[in-house]
Amino acid sequence: MNYDCDVAIIGAGPAGIAAACCASECGRRVIIIDDNPIAGGQIWRGGAPTRQAAQWRDRLAAARVTILSMHTVIAICGKTVRAEAEDDVSAIRFQKLILCTGSRELFLPFPGWTLPGVMGVGGIQAMVKSGLSVKGKRIIVAGSGPLLLAVAAHLRRKTGAEVLLLAEQTPMAKVLRLGASLLASPGKLAQAVKLKWQLRGIRTTFNAWPTEAVRRGRGLAVMMRIGRRSETMECDYLATGFGLVPSTEIAQLCNCACDNAGFVVVDSSQRTSSPDVLAAGEITGIGGVEKSIIEGQIAGFTAAGRTERIGRLLGAREHAYGFMRRLNDAYSLRQEVLRLADPGTVICRCEDVRLADLASQSSAREARLQTRCGMGPCQGRICGAILRASMNWRDESIRPPASPVRLASLAVPPAADI
Amino acid sequence: MSTDISAGASAIVIGAGIVGAACALELADAGFAVTVVDAGPVGGGATAAGMGHVVVMDDSPAQLALTRYSQQLWTQLQTVLPPQAEIMRCGTIWVAADAEEMAEVERKRHRYLEEQIPCDVLDAGRLYQLEPNLRPGLAGGLLIQQDSVVYPPTIAAWMLDRVTEKGGTVRTHTQVDRVEPHCVILSNGDRLAGDVIVNAAGAVAPRLTPGLHIKQRKGHLIITDRYPNFVRHQLVELGYLKSAHQSDGDSVAFNVQPRPSGQLLIGSSRQYDESRAVDHVIVAKMVARAIEYMPAIAELSATRVWTGFRAATPDKLPLIGPSPANDGLWLAAGHEGLGITTSLATARLLVDQIMGRTSAIPVAPYLPSRAASEAMHV
Repeated sequence: MNYDCDVAIIGAGPAGIAAACCASECGRRVIIIDDNPIAGGQIWRGGAPTRQAAQWRDRLAAARVTILSMHTVIAICGKTVRAEAEDDVSAIRFQKLILCTGSRELFLPFPGWTLPGVMGVGGIQAMVKSGLSVKGKRIIVAGSGPLLLAVAAHLRRKTGAEVLLLAEQTPMAKVLRLGASLLASPGKLAQAVKLKWQLRGIRTTFNAWPTEAVRRGRGLAVMMRIGRRSETMECDYLATGFGLVPSTEIAQLCNCACDNAGFVVVDSSQRTSSPDVLAAGEITGIGGVEKSIIEGQIAGFTAAGRTERIGRLLGAREHAYGFMRRLNDAYSLRQEVLRLADPGTVICRCEDVRLADLASQSSAREARLQTRCGMGPCQGRICGAILRASMNWRDESIRPPASPVRLASLAVPPAADI
Repeated sequence: MSTDISAGASAIVIGAGIVGAACALELADAGFAVTVVDAGPVGGGATAAGMGHVVVMDDSPAQLALTRYSQQLWTQLQTVLPPQAEIMRCGTIWVAADAEEMAEVERKRHRYLEEQIPCDVLDAGRLYQLEPNLRPGLAGGLLIQQDSVVYPPTIAAWMLDRVTEKGGTVRTHTQVDRVEPHCVILSNGDRLAGDVIVNAAGAVAPRLTPGLHIKQRKGHLIITDRYPNFVRHQLVELGYLKSAHQSDGDSVAFNVQPRPSGQLLIGSSRQYDESRAVDHVIVAKMVARAIEYMPAIAELSATRVWTGFRAATPDKLPLIGPSPANDGLWLAAGHEGLGITTSLATARLLVDQIMGRTSAIPVAPYLPSRAASEAMHV
């Protein structure tokens, strides 16, 4: 199918939805391209879990926005997005493009991280939501960041799992400082208090992280470092998450400049370095849903040519950026957790590349050429972020398709007018 | 033609691709103090972008002689290469679509047997037995058993590790600004003196040696997720040479390779185009061609599409020998799509010339001077 619009938006999370509403309400023809069945992104997965989500869902429904769900972006060719639909390729011609492709979990390798039963916190939450029963299962939740708290609370309240331990690598003092700063943000403070209440009774430790996991019986034995002590705990699942990293594949295909940490660089109107391409949400910085919504609105107005309407949002964005900086500072990763792998630990799961294999390499590119690290089906989506976090190696080599697609889709020629 | 080389002579090789690496190793074996320079990492150009197909080709008698000789050298080398070389002796099947192409299969078989290259004519039934995912209605094919696939970047690195062991130096991420007689000048101003200088810079060789008849010929490849045994041999349409070289325009051909990982490499395209960007128009043609021969491929998952540049010469043969213009400069460039295969023979023939040794095959068809004299008559 061929489509024509003023503003194309990739990603239907909070940033994409906010951008779509604002651009559409300014009279622009808007198309959202999203790979999930239902709009909402990761955080509003399954529609409208919160009142805020419901408000934006209703606003989106009232706006005249076309949502192409279950569409996987192949590439951006000039001013056309090519995306794979169920049994077709869609070509979406645009004047302005807004990238709202969000973030994904950062995994950090430690001995045993590839064993069955060790998974990402986002992964276990998604599996539980789609039917995995963890009733009565013993789970350790470990890593860093607010997502740990949300997942631990969910597992305990909604699934009947026994959360043995919630292990946060950052020191308690840093989190308390963040908490104190929330006094100025009543909304966030209320969320934090509610979460704390939901976590009551769960053993929570700071300065704590897993150092090794091994199989024991039908479950796992996990060596935990807790402060200065070591403790071995048995469990059925170890859910880890060390924060979020931006999903910038499409932005890189559009030649958008990224900063040293890997985030897409935007100006005060959410414009990227690539003409007619804007970005909003987690790909410009991990700052939570408020930041995404504000940036989405600004991007929507900018794309609609209504920059006079972004003025009233700039203060709120500064506020959100302040929170983002405090959040990232509170949960910054300590060197110890970046160095948990031993020489035999697998770094690239697709190609079975171990840390020792990387010892003689000096860049992500050389590692890819000589060891195939990042050459497998996930194309470095997991190990690329690991190498960036732990070795400061940047792999700039993003090639189409942005996500794996059927060869049949690549056989569809681009429209003649491109 | 030979140069007066005394013991302890030095050589600078420009290019750490498989051709440069093979030349450096051959020079080190001959006793030279070798320095290799490359603007990028080891094996990062066409060496990484290509398929890694070690194949005997018969576009011309000189091409057949060079590829056959090189394959013999590969057979010797394979016994010492490490597992990361990923050598898989899967053979090549040249697929014949119709009766006319089957007649060409017979002629091709005749040429190969004359050179003692073992090959089997496959009828349609045998072809399907070997490759059940090919479409019905094809006429047959020719199986060349000894062709193989390799993973070239690790082989280039292995060769350069041997050079280093022999006292040589490898300088990656080092840009060459220009070449002067017996001297290479780096972009940072450093001068590297050498009794012998080898330009093995592939598609960028003409930047350093102006006047070379080498053009960048862009190609695309696609890699898939893992589908073990979906394809078992390197499959190439028999019309490959026809479609690959018939015109100066854009062309595509069915060319599929199984990797030891179970992934498939799908090619191929040829374009004279300086842009590194993926051209979705020619990719669509290339994939459509693959689906035409192998319909089930349509449902496989593609994970990456990339481009690379072949170093193409007018007569499709590489330049191996002294540069007609510059004293002390030798050329090992212009290998088009056959650089992996012909790297070993190139290195041997080049160092034979440098050392004044007699070569196993005549070197005349590959001498750079033939291109110069040809060009004068154009």
